[in-house]
Amino acid sequence: MSDPQTALRPDLAIIGDLIKPDTRILDLGCGDGALLSHLARTRGVRGYGLEIDPANVAACVAAGVNVIQADLDEGLADFADGSFDYVVMTQALQALARPDLAVAEMLRVGREAIVTFPNFGHWRARWAIMNGHMPMTPALPAQWFNSENIHLCTVADFEDLCRKSGWNVLERVLLDRAHHRGAAITLLPGLFCEIALYRLRKPANIVPVG
Amino acid sequence: MTGTPPQHASSADSVGIVVPRTFAIEQPLLLDCGRTLPRHDLMVETYGELNAARSNAVLICHALSGDHHAAGYHSDSDRKPGWWDSAIGPGKPIDTRRFHVVCLNNLGGCRGSTGPTTLDPATGIPYGPDFPIITVRDWMRSQALLADQLGIARWAAVIGGSLGGMQVMQWAIDLPQRIGHALIIAAAPKISAQNIAFNEIARQAIMSDPEFHDGRYYAHGVVPSHGLKLARMLGHITYLSDEAMRARFGRVLRDGDGQFNYNYDVEFEVESYLRHQGQSFVDRFDANTYLLMTKALDYFDPAREYGDDLAAAFRGATARFLVASFEADWRFSPARSREIVKALVAAGREVTYAQIDSDLGHDDFLMPLPEYHRVLRNYLSRVADEVGA
Repeated sequence: MSDPQTALRPDLAIIGDLIKPDTRILDLGCGDGALLSHLARTRGVRGYGLEIDPANVAACVAAGVNVIQADLDEGLADFADGSFDYVVMTQALQALARPDLAVAEMLRVGREAIVTFPNFGHWRARWAIMNGHMPMTPALPAQWFNSENIHLCTVADFEDLCRKSGWNVLERVLLDRAHHRGAAITLLPGLFCEIALYRLRKPANIVPVG
Repeated sequence: MTGTPPQHASSADSVGIVVPRTFAIEQPLLLDCGRTLPRHDLMVETYGELNAARSNAVLICHALSGDHHAAGYHSDSDRKPGWWDSAIGPGKPIDTRRFHVVCLNNLGGCRGSTGPTTLDPATGIPYGPDFPIITVRDWMRSQALLADQLGIARWAAVIGGSLGGMQVMQWAIDLPQRIGHALIIAAAPKISAQNIAFNEIARQAIMSDPEFHDGRYYAHGVVPSHGLKLARMLGHITYLSDEAMRARFGRVLRDGDGQFNYNYDVEFEVESYLRHQGQSFVDRFDANTYLLMTKALDYFDPAREYGDDLAAAFRGATARFLVASFEADWRFSPARSREIVKALVAAGREVTYAQIDSDLGHDDFLMPLPEYHRVLRNYLSRVADEVGA
């Protein structure tokens, strides 16, 4: 078995760096448990992964990760308010029935939410639409009719939702396909970011500074 | 069930011919009902070697109608192996090359352990209805006395399905220092009114049988076979899903001519199946034990002493948990297993939960479903690594 630490996906590595040691985390759509396994070994982070796919569940079990087989669309009713420091969801938001309710649930259960999603405003997507077609890009490889991504949004759309919902954006990381933060992204984030990462918090939880 | 490939005692993945042993527990056992059993016997089977560190022992807890014979064969002429042979053996998920597996007939049973059919030393006749009501916790205490006698201070894992899973929960809650891992399969934190209702009908079927004689049927040289048969037929319906019964029997007629007979004889295949299951159960099971087992199910409710807060009950547990349920199981549905998981999460315990896609129903926990066995195997392989097995 390869060392999961070296094999950690770049976006997971970026999230890993945002998690403080000895905290509790809930990872929604945890896949094979790579992030949880990494955080448990390197930062003493404890928690659970939620995963629907049986093969992934079995992989988590093999890795010694606490995994709970569940459908994210059924919500987080089994988890108490504020029971985790972080609730993380990578690349699943756009596949959910109600992404807005999902993020709200994440912020109910966790003190902070970390989400990543593909930016539908990336120039490749815009270019495809200009040419009269739904985009098929490296970040969005499926066809419109068989894609699991039913609620795609742009970085600007997501930030609108945050504003309307009153969620505070603590951190925003915009990445290209190779998970780099290039100069083009800094200049024109909406056009050049392929994967967006947000760290959110409910304002009520924020202690006023000064 | 039919459909499993033919297996033999000589198969490479069978534990082979096994010999049950009686263990005499000479310590008095104070029971939840307030009575004390001065001593009792337990019928036990073990598979695989206990390692030098005594760290690789696994306890298997049986369900309502199970016994100590979980794997292997008693003789070459045995038609069927033990009740959980699909999961226990060399190279199987509960791998006897790595674990020392212990399975016993629970106290109150009718397969060699002290129970209603045993002679009461006080009277010289079988206990019958005078045998004390036994709870899941009484079983755990009795199993702990057995563990003492076997020199097993701590189980690497305690594993059980259905009523067996309830015993696992009790171990994790009451004797946390003696259990490393708790595998709770197709169970519930307490049974529902619907479940108690099924049990009550089963009991009434037995107790209203004219041959029951207030439970003293042994003295009359009879058994309440009619009532026990009905109880088992009812049970069987609840162990199978509607879909499984449809697929297996449909409305197929017993007679091949396709004509209705317009009488009360067996007309449909499903009737024939249920009658056969009922009859074969009567031949191997005692009615008073059946009554006891259903009561143990009804009374189980570990949260009761913790203000009905299951999470509070689990707060003192130190084991890691694997909870598994089956989609087609409506008698102990996935929702009931999720209650356990929810409480474990609220208590901050280490827990993994697998909800297995299945067709059969409650009986799925005995089936070698690939998805189910993969989870069991992966989990227990880590347990074995952990205890140096």
